Amino acid sequence: MAQSILILLIVVPLAFAAFLAWMPRKHAPAIALMGTSLAALLGVYTALIFDWNLSGRFQLENTVQWLPSLGVALQVGVDGVSLLLVLLTLLLGPICVLCSVTAIRERIKTYYGWLLVLQAAMTGVFVARDLILFYVCFEFTLVPMFILISLYGSTNRRRAAIKFFLYTFTGSIIALAGLVYVAWFAAGRALPGSSGWTFDLDILMRAAAELPPSTQAWVLGALLLGFAVKVPLFPLHTWLPLAHTEAPTAGSVILAGVLLKLGTYGIFRLAIPFAPAAFAEYAPMLAGLSIVGILYGGLICWVQTDVKKLVAYSSVAHLGFCVLGMTAGNEIGLTGSVLYMINHGLSTGALFLLIGMIYERYHTRDMAKLGGLAARMPVWSTFMVFFVMASVGLPGLNGFISEVMCLLGAFQASDNWGSGAWGSVADAMPGATPGLLGPWYAAIAGVGMIIAAMYLLQLTGKVVWGPLVEPTGHGHGGRDHGGHGLGGHDSAEHSTAAASHAGGHGAGGADASHTATSDKPHLPTDLTPREIGILVPLAVLCLALGLYPKPVLYAIDGSVAQTANLIREAGALKARPAGSPQVEPAPVEGAPAESDGKASAMAEEAAGSVAAGDAVTGGPGR
Amino acid sequence: MTLADRLPFLWPEIVLFGFTCWVMMLGLSPHRATRKLCAPFSGVALAIAGIVAWQTTPGAGQVARETGQVLLPGMVMYAKVAIAVVGILMLLLLAGTVDRADEAEIAARRQKFNPLSSNRAEFYSFFLFSLTGLMLCAGADDLIWLFLALELTSLPTYIMVTMSGGSAGAWMPWRNKSQEAGVKYFFLGALGAAVFLYGFALIYGGTGTTNLNEIRDHIASGGLDSLTMTGMLVALVGLCFKIAAVPMHFYTADVYEGAAAPVSAFLAFTPKTAGFLAILLLCGTMGWSYMPESAAGGRWVADAAGTSLPEPVRLMLWVIAALTMTVGNVLAIQQDSIKRLLAYSSIAHSGYMLVGVIAGPGETFAKSGLAAVLFYLLCYGVMNLGAFAVVGVLERASKDGSTDQVHEIETVDELRGLMKTRPILGWVMTICALSLLGLPPLLGFFGKAPLFTSAISAGEIVLVVVLGVNSAIAAFYYLRLVRAAMLESPDAAAPRTVESPFASRRTAGVLSAAGVVVLALAGNGIMRAAQHAAEYLPATDAAHEPAPAHGPGDHSAASDAGHVVEAPPKPTTPGH
Repeated sequence: MAQSILILLIVVPLAFAAFLAWMPRKHAPAIALMGTSLAALLGVYTALIFDWNLSGRFQLENTVQWLPSLGVALQVGVDGVSLLLVLLTLLLGPICVLCSVTAIRERIKTYYGWLLVLQAAMTGVFVARDLILFYVCFEFTLVPMFILISLYGSTNRRRAAIKFFLYTFTGSIIALAGLVYVAWFAAGRALPGSSGWTFDLDILMRAAAELPPSTQAWVLGALLLGFAVKVPLFPLHTWLPLAHTEAPTAGSVILAGVLLKLGTYGIFRLAIPFAPAAFAEYAPMLAGLSIVGILYGGLICWVQTDVKKLVAYSSVAHLGFCVLGMTAGNEIGLTGSVLYMINHGLSTGALFLLIGMIYERYHTRDMAKLGGLAARMPVWSTFMVFFVMASVGLPGLNGFISEVMCLLGAFQASDNWGSGAWGSVADAMPGATPGLLGPWYAAIAGVGMIIAAMYLLQLTGKVVWGPLVEPTGHGHGGRDHGGHGLGGHDSAEHSTAAASHAGGHGAGGADASHTATSDKPHLPTDLTPREIGILVPLAVLCLALGLYPKPVLYAIDGSVAQTANLIREAGALKARPAGSPQVEPAPVEGAPAESDGKASAMAEEAAGSVAAGDAVTGGPGR
Repeated sequence: MTLADRLPFLWPEIVLFGFTCWVMMLGLSPHRATRKLCAPFSGVALAIAGIVAWQTTPGAGQVARETGQVLLPGMVMYAKVAIAVVGILMLLLLAGTVDRADEAEIAARRQKFNPLSSNRAEFYSFFLFSLTGLMLCAGADDLIWLFLALELTSLPTYIMVTMSGGSAGAWMPWRNKSQEAGVKYFFLGALGAAVFLYGFALIYGGTGTTNLNEIRDHIASGGLDSLTMTGMLVALVGLCFKIAAVPMHFYTADVYEGAAAPVSAFLAFTPKTAGFLAILLLCGTMGWSYMPESAAGGRWVADAAGTSLPEPVRLMLWVIAALTMTVGNVLAIQQDSIKRLLAYSSIAHSGYMLVGVIAGPGETFAKSGLAAVLFYLLCYGVMNLGAFAVVGVLERASKDGSTDQVHEIETVDELRGLMKTRPILGWVMTICALSLLGLPPLLGFFGKAPLFTSAISAGEIVLVVVLGVNSAIAAFYYLRLVRAAMLESPDAAAPRTVESPFASRRTAGVLSAAGVVVLALAGNGIMRAAQHAAEYLPATDAAHEPAPAHGPGDHSAASDAGHVVEAPPKPTTPGH
């Protein structure tokens, strides 16, 4: 069992999805809950048998031959980072099932079936140790998500789903070209342990170390196009608000919690190891994009009136911090970044859950129509404030640690080889670690923290505190419809929402009579025990990670150190004058001290390009 | 050399031909029951031919220059078995394409069986003739043979297109459409044939022989002179008609739309496969061992270090591939008719496969563009058949409820709500469309992956980018199919659809969808077979030693033998 546990983690949800398809529809939620819970329990078991002291090493590895002709195998294994992300995925599984019980009333077999398939695919991405398996799972997450959005989303769901699919599919096709290029390069190296084409990540990473920097830039560009769409990084983020807003609650939770992390995980796991030198070179540019994302996303949030869209744009800003920490390239920034992936999944996932709960009750996401809910829903408001604080980065809660680490990483990353503004000063600072950015980056990104506080607190102030405002037309629970004088408009909005629901759930005309309120089970004003039950674990984790993150930091330490080393070596290689004695035999290009080592640099470059040219035109053995 | 020497290569064709004649004889029977045997007999014929091909086709090492082509000797068996397998699926799908109105009349006891109006035997025998020609293409070792095989493949398809509209009732509403399609296809097909025949003539003029092995030796020893080169280019352009590639793609949409869906599925596989087999053989005579600048004095000479086709050929195929992919995909986006959409998708897939032709041979599956082409042909045959099968099964209900007046569905919108109303067909459409799109982990992805890897291996990075971008463009229209079938509610305004009474059509769809999934999970055996099939044997010393030297540069040919797999043992002495 221990050997195949990771494959079981993929197979169990798939098996339950198949099982679910044959069972009557009324059992669908129960079966889905069983499947996700069983997967979560297996996840706990995995965590127990995983040797956390060696968390930087890939463990529980297992290989099943798949298509050896193409060099493709079902090869799995986890290190600390991927195991944590697997655990996050598995935790969100039952939560997503539970939060959909009342919200999804139509086509429930399809819904839960695809939810399980989605979970299997996401787990597959994190456990994959084979490039094609990674890519297959990475791409296959599109289909379930496409279906979840376009069948169960709100008004604009078709457009959102198509946009989501086309954006990410296009990006990943380009990423595939980059990945295949690396694989081809590795095939040409004929490293020990490989025979011809292989997609084994270990072999590919070893081979990629020999990629000449100019090629690395192309590889990095291709990979980033794929992964940055998923993250999403600033100019490629436009699919996200739409998809997030239109998706059903569970879809938003999964999108924010896990799917966006596929992008950052892809950068961490593939883009950096495949192209460390290029990453070191282009890190400032990436950091710039992520800072633009932080500020731009934050400012858009500030003027948002749609609660869900606000949280969606806040993801753009938050993931900007995540990428910023990664581009710092030092231990502390990378650690913060990985921690951020987990924290963002917890707190933003919870925020989407909370908004979903409001939407189920009021059928609106408009901040103008919601206000002062603390008076009406004290329990909901408590959780809301708690998770907003976690998201803002209140010390003591999880967001704080990771955000500060990302900023600190960027700040301390005085680069002794590049373009940091205060490079020499930071060198002299105690505890400064070499990295790629500089204090300026941190200073500007820090403004983003303030903006985040502004918009999130504004949201809380409006929706939780303030005068009580509720949309009219929600007669359940003997609610008095506070005198906000928007009655007519509100009911119009409500009936559109209801109609779109009925239409969306597909049963055509027969459904038109089912308005959302009459069809849905009666929800009490405040949260039900079920809803509290799905929020509590997230809250506990947020608090625990905020107060004592050390075990998690310990778990990601090893992998992060390796990645940081990779970047540092690549960057240092670039920094040193070419031809100096300590230079590794790897090809070097574009040395900064061009005047003193020009001839040797050129020689080096020529050697590199001969190798590359040989590789490009010849192809091994052809 | 006697004919007997060749027999081992031709048993499948002989079996198929024998059965074809038998099917034609059955068609003379005055009894309806006997005539109904035509289809089962065709299936038996294909099954036997497939097994015979599998068992009797000599391996790559046993082929001599006198008995067959030794450029791609492994291809023969692979192609024939694949043709037989896909042929059987096609046969299931073709059920009920002809004689349907008559049968309905008889079933309704409105008329008696009239042997004169039954076209069943002709249709199935033409079907088998076409597949016989296709099998002959794979083993062709002579330009004349190749030409005849290509025409044997194509001529029956012209008639099948015309017949597919039904012949009995003049009141058949789309009868005219299929006849128009047939005529259009015939004239353009004749034009295409004329073009590549002209190319063959020029090749003969340049090399003095029509034998492919000898042409290869001639080129290996003396290089391509400009006459041969012109011939090659003209022949390849002519073959673009068969594979529906730009600039000979114009007929595709009209013909596919005019023919009945099962026949369109047949057209998307059969002539395309024939065209690619011929292109592989033609390119095989030149070899993939030229440097970009290896034209010396109007002569293209192979070079030990070279890895691509002669530059003019490579350039032309490159442009054709890029244009074909792009034109096919972009025009497919704009289609509302589902058959036109699939027709343009078929054009685009030809473009993908041309990438493999450009990439050329390699010693592993992932590096071999030829293996990628051969594998993709099979993948495309299977997954495309599923998509067409859905179109073939769904019919518009006629107003008076009779079943003899048949309208196939036409627009993509008519697929709406398929998943809800007919889950099996919905799944077939979804799986096949996603596979055609190349979404992992379905077959289409694993078909496309070796095209990527081999093209990168050959250094065709830009072409790979074009391929990638086109795969993304294709998402637009394949998603429309998926969305209509899976996500949308049935369209109340659209004509009501019924399922075709021929269960075997649905079976064909289900089988192909199952194949798409199963082969993706367990396709390694076929990949390995494709790899063996694609072993390309360049000219060796022994082969061209006695060949007369036709000019300078004959020294370079011998040395390129080392860059691909070892040459086959020579069982006989060169027969010059």
